[in-house]
Amino acid sequence: MLSNPDLRTVVPHDLPPMLPQIYQVQRVIRETHDTFTLELLPSTRSHHFPFAPGQFNMLYIFGVGEVPISISGDPSKSKLLVHTTRAVGSVTNAMYRLKKGDTIGIRGPYGSSWPIGKAIGNDVVLVAGGIGLAPLRPAVYQLLSRREKFGKIVILYGTRTPADILYRRELEQWRSRFDLEVYITVDRAMSGWRGSVGVVTMLIPKAPFDPSTATALVCGPEIMMRYAVTELQKRGVKTEDIYVSLERNMKCGIGLCGHCQYGPVFICRDGAVFSYSDIKHLFPRREL
Amino acid sequence: MVILERSHLQQFLSAIQKRSYRIIGPTQRGTAIVLDEISSADDLPAGWGDEQRPASYRLRRNDDKRLFGHAAGPESWKKFLFPPSLNLFSGRRAGKSFEVISPQNGRNTGAADEKIVPLAFFGMRACDLQALRIHDAVFMNCAYPDPYYRSRRERLLIVAVTCSSAGGTCFCDSMGSGPAAGEGYDLALTEILRGDEHYFLVETGSPRGAEILKGVPVKAAGKAEEEEKNRLVQGVRKSMGRSLDTRGLREMLDLCFEDSQWDDVAKRCLACANCTMVCPTCFCSTVEDVTDLTGAQAERVRKWDSCFTQEFTYIHGGSVRPSIRSRYRQWLTHKLAHWVDQFGTSGCVGCGRCITWCPAGIDITEEAGVLRRHAALDPRYRKETEPHGKP
Amino acid sequence: MENLEGIIRDHQFLKGLDQNTISLVAGCAANVRFDPNQLLFREGEEANAFYIIRQGKIAVEVYGAERGPIIIDTLGEGDILGWSWLIPPFHWHFDARAVDLTRAIALDGRCLRTKCESDHNLGYELLKRFAQVMEDRLQATRIRLLDLYAVKS
Repeated sequence: MLSNPDLRTVVPHDLPPMLPQIYQVQRVIRETHDTFTLELLPSTRSHHFPFAPGQFNMLYIFGVGEVPISISGDPSKSKLLVHTTRAVGSVTNAMYRLKKGDTIGIRGPYGSSWPIGKAIGNDVVLVAGGIGLAPLRPAVYQLLSRREKFGKIVILYGTRTPADILYRRELEQWRSRFDLEVYITVDRAMSGWRGSVGVVTMLIPKAPFDPSTATALVCGPEIMMRYAVTELQKRGVKTEDIYVSLERNMKCGIGLCGHCQYGPVFICRDGAVFSYSDIKHLFPRREL
Repeated sequence: MVILERSHLQQFLSAIQKRSYRIIGPTQRGTAIVLDEISSADDLPAGWGDEQRPASYRLRRNDDKRLFGHAAGPESWKKFLFPPSLNLFSGRRAGKSFEVISPQNGRNTGAADEKIVPLAFFGMRACDLQALRIHDAVFMNCAYPDPYYRSRRERLLIVAVTCSSAGGTCFCDSMGSGPAAGEGYDLALTEILRGDEHYFLVETGSPRGAEILKGVPVKAAGKAEEEEKNRLVQGVRKSMGRSLDTRGLREMLDLCFEDSQWDDVAKRCLACANCTMVCPTCFCSTVEDVTDLTGAQAERVRKWDSCFTQEFTYIHGGSVRPSIRSRYRQWLTHKLAHWVDQFGTSGCVGCGRCITWCPAGIDITEEAGVLRRHAALDPRYRKETEPHGKP
Repeated sequence: MENLEGIIRDHQFLKGLDQNTISLVAGCAANVRFDPNQLLFREGEEANAFYIIRQGKIAVEVYGAERGPIIIDTLGEGDILGWSWLIPPFHWHFDARAVDLTRAIALDGRCLRTKCESDHNLGYELLKRFAQVMEDRLQATRIRLLDLYAVKS
């Protein structure tokens, strides 16, 4: 149903679909009190690992379990696999305890990707909430690597408090560029915080982009995405130019286990990145 | 079309076995007809029939010696290609790292095992054959085919059987899947028993099927036999225990997303998952990762799962479908509507197993009927459902 | 004065007012400027103005003895600060502090209240616009109540 070619830029690979490939932890970066980034390299064969921004991997901790996590590294450095996640369950908590030299299993990459190619020639606005910045980071890398091909690039990022800001140093670097607009807002802050306070959707009406041609990439908690989409539409962004990334329980990542069904679509197979116009009829449905 | 005498059936089975197939077929065990290995024609359930109603299944003695005088039993063929429990891989700690060992060939390649004993599904009904084709779409005709399924499916021999009577919960005619197998078989049998005459009409569906028939004593069938089969099929069509109106089903169910009937069925449904276990097309699974006590050995096991469990949709924080209302809705709309979007066909073949084996006797055809009556009150109904034919 | 009237006429917040009403509003307006860290007003003080922010950034704060000043909202170019001047007993509920150098048009609350009482058309036009500001703030507050980005437990 949803074989939107804009979201399919990487052909399926021929690795055994049920078997994890072994990767070694090169570095663990503590991002905030409960989020961290893993940098991984293949432990044996140095097989090429092309992925597109927005795609995810299934990460396996020996004997503990497997979870889907979006790739948050640079697509042009596809040998180094980078994942940022939050320690919330048994598998991600086990990941949080990994150290350099430890191993992890990887299946992937799977799923659809952000439609970077489609945005060429136009403005791009990225709206991220909380950990939702992680799946968007590869898109930022790709946009910046071909910076001259796009109009304005605007990042709107909302998070809980200043201490919860992901990729702080990188955001500072991006903010200092003249060809990239970065706006950060938090839900609450102490005096001394020089950024904005308020919901991320509040940044949309005044952000500097041309709504009539802009492509919007939205990633964050589902409620936030709903309000973000509403604000984007109010601003005049066309429904078919809005893209969202959805999350559901996934066991297999390849459309076989049935867990991530969202009405007529499988989040793993048809998403996780969707054109909003393809799923807008499903968005308001409860317990779908 | 050729004629195979009942007395020559054993030779036919031997011809299959000689080509090193392991034959799976219906056999009577305890109080049910199950699917298991068939070593000779004597294992087939001669003279057995069944009575099926919502929440009820009883074997009974037929007044004849037909081998296929029964309807679909509690089991479906899916368990042979999609086992209820399957080791996906084993893992072994090796220093700081670990190894992944595929159970299929001991190496981490995922390639198909060469030593698989090919299976012959003997006596597969048209509904179950349609279910198999549906599973082909799910497990094989996708970006990442299931290697276990594919390696067995590619070697599979299918001997279909035309139903000679309809079960009390059958509605394959509505779903367009039976009672006669249309395609996808290697050989198809139609059992004819009239007076002293007891024979099978055999149709060939593939070169593999034709090859097996070589050396089996058959004689040519004529127009009369063909008509005999058509009469039989027409009779079965007329005696379907249930029916389901499939016109514009997708659009109709879309209108019913917040219908009160879901609340009604939620009061009766126990969320026991029986319907999903007996359904020949339900394919949901989960995985369990386990280790031994030392933590040095690990295994990943894939198990059948059901959308009726609370955990099925769990994401950190809670379930997406906490209510039985939404879980039954997911199951029914997936089967009858969303399947079409996902795989191009309905996910229901009309075998009736979910009706028979539901302890509360919930009947998918009845629920769909009530939903349609409710949808018909919606002003958008006619416009959206009329122009479409069968999905 | 001429210049101020022009700004008021063209501003998004007051767009659509007739010339007479614009003149009434402009009669209560003044240009103001706040240095970084300068307080515009303090919680509990009499509320006698609202501000059309033309440039810069304002933090709306609440002070907690054990926590110090907590920012609950920030406002920037084009935003409207303050509605307590409109609602009895006309006291500020929060502190407002300039984060950056901020330029704004201050509208005298007492002056406007008097004009609104005698000219209900002006009163209605202003109330309509403030209802929109309040609605936006309430919506934003409600969404923040959800604690969207927190880990669900």
